[in-house]
Amino acid sequence: MNLRRDVFQAIADPTRRAILLLVASQSMTAGAIAANFDTARPTVSKHLQILTECQLLEQKQNGREIHYNINAQKMREVADFIEPFRQMWDDRFNKLESIMKAYKPKK
Amino acid sequence: MELKTKINAEDGKQDITITREFDLPLELLFKAYAEPELIEQWMGTKVLKLESKKHGSWQFETTDAKGNVVFKANGVIHEFIPNHKITRTFEMDNTSFGVQLEITEFEKLTDDTSKVNMHVIYESVAQRDQLLKLPFAQGLNMAHNRIEALLKTLNN
Repeated sequence: MNLRRDVFQAIADPTRRAILLLVASQSMTAGAIAANFDTARPTVSKHLQILTECQLLEQKQNGREIHYNINAQKMREVADFIEPFRQMWDDRFNKLESIMKAYKPKK
Repeated sequence: MELKTKINAEDGKQDITITREFDLPLELLFKAYAEPELIEQWMGTKVLKLESKKHGSWQFETTDAKGNVVFKANGVIHEFIPNHKITRTFEMDNTSFGVQLEITEFEKLTDDTSKVNMHVIYESVAQRDQLLKLPFAQGLNMAHNRIEALLKTLNN
């Protein structure tokens, strides 16, 4: 269960989703991936590490280079989950709560 | 981390339940569902019409920064019992998702806390499953659009 939640934390981030889409069509090195973003290289590395840890990305040694591949099996598993739907409602409800906490009835 | 919003969607069924506890008195929670300007804030949509009463109807619309309509939904209110229950239909315009029936119940827990329980019934199992996956698909789509925009700037 914890693992699942980690996966969704991973894909909750827009940059990480963008990385997944980039790598979906071809395997790429960290440098090639980072070249697509304005973000600093270490930040992209951190994103890659998170995606690899939760198995959405796989690393493959190719000579002296490490290529990143998408793990299609894991992605399919994720697509079946309703977690993003839950997140959407959770965001809405969090907003509702904070708005109503600040709510002052009109006199 | 305890999940505040819980979804129960059993395999092969055409309904779901969404529950959530709030640090809000029941009256304030219900108000957020009854007043158009409050719904606009937490749902992030424009409320074109909302008749919070039995046999009333409602209409929401969301536009993007350029003014294009990206979401439009409407329905009728079947039952409206303040601080207790709202029963309504929900249908998105120009989609194949069909009509859903939403029964939303409000419950007082303590003087300062309350709970909402939404029971949503879809026309079919297939439509339910398709709708549940929508936010995921949209998330990927949005990322995709960003990449496209990025690639365009790189090509220029």
